[in-house]
Amino acid sequence: MKFDIVLAGVGGQGVLSLSSIIASGAMKEGLFVKQSEVHGMAQRGGAVLANLRLSDKPIASDLIPKGSAAMILSMEPLESLRYLSFLRPDGALITSTTPVVNIPDYPNLEELLAKIRNVPGSILVDSDHIAKVAGSARAANMVMVGAASHLLPVKVDTMEHYIEGTFKKKGEQVVAVNLKAFRAGREVFTKERHA
Amino acid sequence: MAQQVLAQEVLLGDEAVALGAIHAGITAAYAYPGTPATEILEYILRYKDLHGKPHASWCANEKTALEGALGVSFAGRRALVAMKHVGLNVAADPFINSAIVSIHGGVVLAVADDPGMHSSQNEQDTRYFVDFARVMCLEPANQQEAYHMTMEAFDISERFDIPVVVRMVTRLAHSRAVVETGEGRPENPISKVPVPSSWILLPSNARRQWRALLDRQGSMLEYSENSPHNVLTLAKGRSRLGVITTGIARNYYMEALEDLAEKPSHLHIGAYPLPVKKIRALVDASDRVLILEEGYPYLERTLRGIMPLPVEILGKVDRHVPVDGELNPDIVRKALGLESREGITVAGLTLPGRPPQLCQGCPHGDAYGAIKKALAGFTDKIVTSDIGCYTLGALPPYSAIESCVCMGASVGMAKGAAEAGFYPVVAVIGDSTFLHSGVTPLMDAVSANANMTLIILDNETVAMTGTQPTVLPSSRLQTLILGLGLDPDHFHIIDAHPKKAEENTQIIRREIEHKGLSVIVAVRTCLEEARKKKKEGKVQG
Repeated sequence: MKFDIVLAGVGGQGVLSLSSIIASGAMKEGLFVKQSEVHGMAQRGGAVLANLRLSDKPIASDLIPKGSAAMILSMEPLESLRYLSFLRPDGALITSTTPVVNIPDYPNLEELLAKIRNVPGSILVDSDHIAKVAGSARAANMVMVGAASHLLPVKVDTMEHYIEGTFKKKGEQVVAVNLKAFRAGREVFTKERHA
Repeated sequence: MAQQVLAQEVLLGDEAVALGAIHAGITAAYAYPGTPATEILEYILRYKDLHGKPHASWCANEKTALEGALGVSFAGRRALVAMKHVGLNVAADPFINSAIVSIHGGVVLAVADDPGMHSSQNEQDTRYFVDFARVMCLEPANQQEAYHMTMEAFDISERFDIPVVVRMVTRLAHSRAVVETGEGRPENPISKVPVPSSWILLPSNARRQWRALLDRQGSMLEYSENSPHNVLTLAKGRSRLGVITTGIARNYYMEALEDLAEKPSHLHIGAYPLPVKKIRALVDASDRVLILEEGYPYLERTLRGIMPLPVEILGKVDRHVPVDGELNPDIVRKALGLESREGITVAGLTLPGRPPQLCQGCPHGDAYGAIKKALAGFTDKIVTSDIGCYTLGALPPYSAIESCVCMGASVGMAKGAAEAGFYPVVAVIGDSTFLHSGVTPLMDAVSANANMTLIILDNETVAMTGTQPTVLPSSRLQTLILGLGLDPDHFHIIDAHPKKAEENTQIIRREIEHKGLSVIVAVRTCLEEARKKKKEGKVQG
């Protein structure tokens, strides 16, 4: 089993924490994990890319070859389209619909979202709104993990236990919000898949 | 290495180097922040907070960091120095000369190259420096090797009395995986260098030391020939293709290997000097040899030399593999003659780029606004600059600076431009870059009373690499600069706040008009730094 994920977003959006949540869950299940990150200059408001590779066998390359990713998971709609050449033909593109408009030539959002919908296997998630409903805008990346969780080679229980463990020291309220965000993300995926 | 596995930890390549050094019993670690090496010392600093040692600190620059490590070695103990590739240029003087002395306590330089220039101004290959100094280098291909090789590097350093380099590259430095770790070794006891003349490089001693280093080359090569990091795997019979990989190139080769119908003979090199016998054995068994190495074609150029070749060599020199940028799985697939799998394509899709940029509300933006206004009336001007977040001021909408060469160059270049007769000349440098390499050129400028205006953007942190503390607090800048002998009438500290824009513009304009040297420190805390301080305050409170 090999499951490669391209994670995308804009510097400051928490792409690396999104990646490490999934990586930690996968390791709890005994999978081999490699997580390649972008540090330094690109993090200053630029396009950020992380490669997360999960496998039941040792992984050689830190980078994902083209046409091999099972999933693109993006915190930002424009960024979700930047790495399509890495996506397998049967892969999934799961993206937040909330744009980060910090460049003068950002495309028209409706046209952009329409283009994403045309990509086979794409799932659009209004992660900011769903996170706010769940109780905190900061849980947007947990919504994205939830949306991705149907396809990940990690059991839902494992992910939920990991979330509980991670946020326990911040109090029950924070645990509850993050679990709620995770589950709401799961529901969106189910709805969008059947839409 | 017969080390019992005690724990499994998820570590960045950089962090694996750091923990390897700690487990090798280092007494001290020094560095100046620089992507992709910053996380090495950051890990050791966190470790020190928890365990009280080893000593670890940021230094003014890579040269002072390495010199500190040499002092630790002189006292018989082990020290790690971490830096990015261009940092070794700054530390080149102590590095080359530390190869001539007889290193006592182990000295290891963890140097992280940045092929592809993700966060750098060049992609120089540290292996050339290792060769230049006539010392040894270990090049890990994964996080586990980064841990073990760093420990081994200290043993090699003490065995051959040389500084040893662990060569990292960006992709390994910033990739995480599980590392199996064991028990650490204790620190060396304090014991001063036994033969003092071995560290006094007077010509008479230096000649003896140099000859001794040259005489040790044979035993270093023997170590490398027998190293388990240099792995020769010969296919049965003669290979149509032999492959030599170094460092992380092996990962991309392994990734492609399952798709190759005929498995090539393969030599992997992880320990330098280059293992001559193993290379010859691989070449003898192959019709053609493909060389895959991250960085410059160091191995390839050595093999090609200038004499006729017994076999065809494929690599970067003949552009079979791209000669610049970093390797990746797809480049290696192509080099091996495999089809690249293409992913999804959407017709007519062109995406706008999203280059890095200054944070919304960054004080540098306000400083650049004032500088541009102050220069508005001049038909032409020169604004030199330097290395840090503020280099992003070269991009629109600011387009405020005209150079970025190396740490501190803004100051010396401005002096040179002024002395060439150009006017007006402004130099812009960050506070940490100024402390790193800007003070000495300012000394020159003071001495010459150069007709230039130096603007120090003081955001009270090393921002670009993740808000590490500067080696001296900003409050000392005034004393430092005036202590060089600058006319106090032409020294100003201004607040880089948008509310002060008009006032700041006037001060800068006045000093540009002054015929002579002026220094203006534009102070305002970096937004990231302020956020971090607030968060830490909350945790402590």
